[in-house]
Amino acid sequence: MKRGPSPFNIVSVALGLAFLYLPIVILVIYSFNASQLVTVWGGWSLVWYRELLNDEAILSAAWISFRVAFLSATAATVLGTLAAVSLTRMGRFRGRLLFSGMVYAPLVMPEVITGLSLLLLFVALNVDRGFWTVVIAHTTLTTCFVTVIVQSRLIGFDRSLEEAAMDLGCPPFRTFMTITLPLIAPAIAAGWMLAFALSLDDLVIASFTTGPGATTLPIRIYSEVRLGVKPEINAICTIMIAVVALGTVISSLMTKRGASRRERAALGAQV
Amino acid sequence: MATGGADQSTGGGAPLIRFEAVSKRFGAVAAVETLTLDIAQGEFFALLGPSGCGKTTLLRMLAGLETPSEGRIFLGGEDIVPVPSHRRPVNMMFQSYALFPHLTVEGNIAFGLRQENAGREEIAARVAEMLDLTRLQGFGGRKIHQLSGGQRQRVALARSLIKRPRVLLLDEPLAALDKKLRAETQFELMELQRKLGTTFVIVTHDQEEAMIVADRIAVMNQGRLMQVATPTEIYEQPNSRWVADFIGEVTIIEGRTSVPGLVDSALGPLTVADHATGAGKTLWLALRPEKISMSGHRPAGEKNAVAGTIFEIGYRGETSAYKVRLPDGSLMKVSIANVNAHGRAPYAEGDAVWLSWPPDAGIVLTG
Amino acid sequence: MRDKRNPRDWGRRMVVLLPYLWLAIFFLAPFVIVLKISLSQSVLAQPPYTPVLDLTAGWQGLKQFAAQLSLDSFGLLASDSLYLLSYAKSLQVAAISTALLFALGYPIAYGMARAPKAWQPMLVMAVVLPFWTSFLIRIYAWINILQRDGLLNDVLMRLHIIDTPAAWLSSDTAIYIGIVYSYLPFMVLPLYASLEKMHESLLEAASDLGCPAWKAFWLITFPLSLPGVAAGALLSFIPIVGEFVIPDLLGGSESQMIGQTLWTEFFSNRDWPVASAIAIALLGLLLVPILFYERMQQRSLEGGRT
Repeated sequence: MKRGPSPFNIVSVALGLAFLYLPIVILVIYSFNASQLVTVWGGWSLVWYRELLNDEAILSAAWISFRVAFLSATAATVLGTLAAVSLTRMGRFRGRLLFSGMVYAPLVMPEVITGLSLLLLFVALNVDRGFWTVVIAHTTLTTCFVTVIVQSRLIGFDRSLEEAAMDLGCPPFRTFMTITLPLIAPAIAAGWMLAFALSLDDLVIASFTTGPGATTLPIRIYSEVRLGVKPEINAICTIMIAVVALGTVISSLMTKRGASRRERAALGAQV
Repeated sequence: MATGGADQSTGGGAPLIRFEAVSKRFGAVAAVETLTLDIAQGEFFALLGPSGCGKTTLLRMLAGLETPSEGRIFLGGEDIVPVPSHRRPVNMMFQSYALFPHLTVEGNIAFGLRQENAGREEIAARVAEMLDLTRLQGFGGRKIHQLSGGQRQRVALARSLIKRPRVLLLDEPLAALDKKLRAETQFELMELQRKLGTTFVIVTHDQEEAMIVADRIAVMNQGRLMQVATPTEIYEQPNSRWVADFIGEVTIIEGRTSVPGLVDSALGPLTVADHATGAGKTLWLALRPEKISMSGHRPAGEKNAVAGTIFEIGYRGETSAYKVRLPDGSLMKVSIANVNAHGRAPYAEGDAVWLSWPPDAGIVLTG
Repeated sequence: MRDKRNPRDWGRRMVVLLPYLWLAIFFLAPFVIVLKISLSQSVLAQPPYTPVLDLTAGWQGLKQFAAQLSLDSFGLLASDSLYLLSYAKSLQVAAISTALLFALGYPIAYGMARAPKAWQPMLVMAVVLPFWTSFLIRIYAWINILQRDGLLNDVLMRLHIIDTPAAWLSSDTAIYIGIVYSYLPFMVLPLYASLEKMHESLLEAASDLGCPAWKAFWLITFPLSLPGVAAGALLSFIPIVGEFVIPDLLGGSESQMIGQTLWTEFFSNRDWPVASAIAIALLGLLLVPILFYERMQQRSLEGGRT
């Protein structure tokens, strides 16, 4: 579509974005509120950030969450990329339907079900729950998101590039490493970041699969929030938002500049 | 050379490429059906046919990008079906060019040699040679997206030639170029092929292109070979109504022989040069439009002359295409060169005219 | 592509096998265990259910195990109105939320698709960005706004729309606000994707054939965006039915959604068989939409590819 937007279009997009961003903006502003009471504006202050720096429990939860997210995102990226390659490049293989079923289901599966079932698996296997069980659970959850992202990139990929490489004497595995991988790298990077963000975000599955000594940040925040609003939580939320916003903007700028040029070239050649 | 058999040998010596009863099925669909074909060393060979006729599948089987369902493919006497694509001494130029967008022009051209772990100096020398050959000097460091369509086409060509393949496969190599550039590039390809002496196999749906570049053409339809012959033979001596109709313009008249050299048709008895056809069988006479003369009155001394009315005139510049309504209601296609400097056609729609042709203009077809 | 003569076949097999095994062990197998435990009975022990399958006892153990399985937990679900009400509430919330999301999301997606091409990536990013920030944070942000001495009451009282602070939090209204807010990108993005690839020339053709713009929307644009509508609806509806965090933090205590009930049974009552039975029943409830969604995914991501 390229016809210009009508006033109705502009208003609906503007209102939609306002609805999406207003609560976040308010939350950020109130993290700088000097007053203990949320509604009373007590002037700008960094007091809650200082408080946060002294909160051992929150900081250690954040560190655990970061490590869980890093490990599970990395494992999920490897597994998810392999799964995407299987589904787009391997043709028919036995059990393919079951495989694609397992790949897509976690995307919509209610978290309480995934969490409960993983916990019961760990109990059945007699595994002590803690840091590593959360990593495994998050890897399972996020693999599927990576798969979908990488898969859609592989589908948009001109197969004749791989055929050309093989035709020029490049064996299949090396073709994947030298041709396919560099070209789908932006999608793999995006998949890793999404997996990282999802892991950092997850409360329900982590609550089921965690054990003593592995309290993640969302679990910590959840238990604080249940007791009521605390400006300190606003502060940590603001930090998390800032990190995510910065990461997203930088990465999208980077991949967009590289990828769009490549895409244009690839498209141009296909005309 | 006889025009009857679809699969015929290339004459002297063993062929470089031999398809032996090759079939390829995709599920229930047969793309290629028990096809046998020989291609000689040093030939410029074209696979021509409408889209979906199996010509690209045939090419891809030669490249190793598809495996035949049945049959064998020989290259220099060796069955190459079990050889994977990356070990075949055959290179392909893709229709989409398939240039690697993350590599430079040089990186693309050198790609094949790098797979053989060739030395740095050898690669540099061969890349320079290829840039020279394809008139891309100075473009080595460019990225693919900085090139025009014609330049991309030449990079793709250079990339597929650098390994000095025994056979170069070209899959619709000029389809993406505009008409003028395409015409120039066709002659460049022929010159290149003559210079290198490499066997070229080109797939195209453009009959004019196939006729211009190829030494021999295989006309394909629905996974089968219809005729394999030189361009002249295919045009002047098609072996079937299908080929006659597919290549160029033609008018087909149904008839029956009573006396050798005479065909009875709805237009009356027509004289043909071909005396070989047996009496009593249904046959068809194919007439090319440019072999027919048109005049305002009955031509004297012509054995084949029919009267008609001009139904439609298509002005094409160098020639005009006429459709003439004959007494039996059918239309005959006639092409007349516009030698008149004013560009005005000498006839108008509705004019009564006489059409005539020499006996050897009619091609007698039995199938 | 699949060349049986390829000596590297084992490598190709590993590519499929690795993620396959991972998902089979950590996604598929757990469901079998959930099913098994849902057929067990609760006991005060560790693990807190019986029977425990003892494979060392061989065939006898298996027979004994099978004999002890019971449908008690499912019987409880069917007889106690608490559970039925939970399921009903979950379905109701999910259905209404999905309708709200559609009503709100469509104009947004349509506006985005109509925006100048150069802006569109920015707009998509603007919609995606909140999704990248923590879900919990976004719900928490609404607590700030909706609580009794929160911003919404403050603004409404200053505008003299209400005189006394209203109880926004701990209500179904709050649940709907939270869900619509959290799931909006899931609705907008598929809708946008289907609207964006529609060609302007289709509408031009309609107009050329004498169809007024508003009619062209209903006859051309909307029917062609239906795949996007289906994707958005399924991506929202299925997870909302099992939602836990939003009703727990924003909702009231008078009625629970099924996710909360499961959570309570598991963490507070420590009744694992009943929690598992709830999960199985929930899965059964969602089976049809999940299968529908799976088919859609397979078609869009693998369509025509063999």
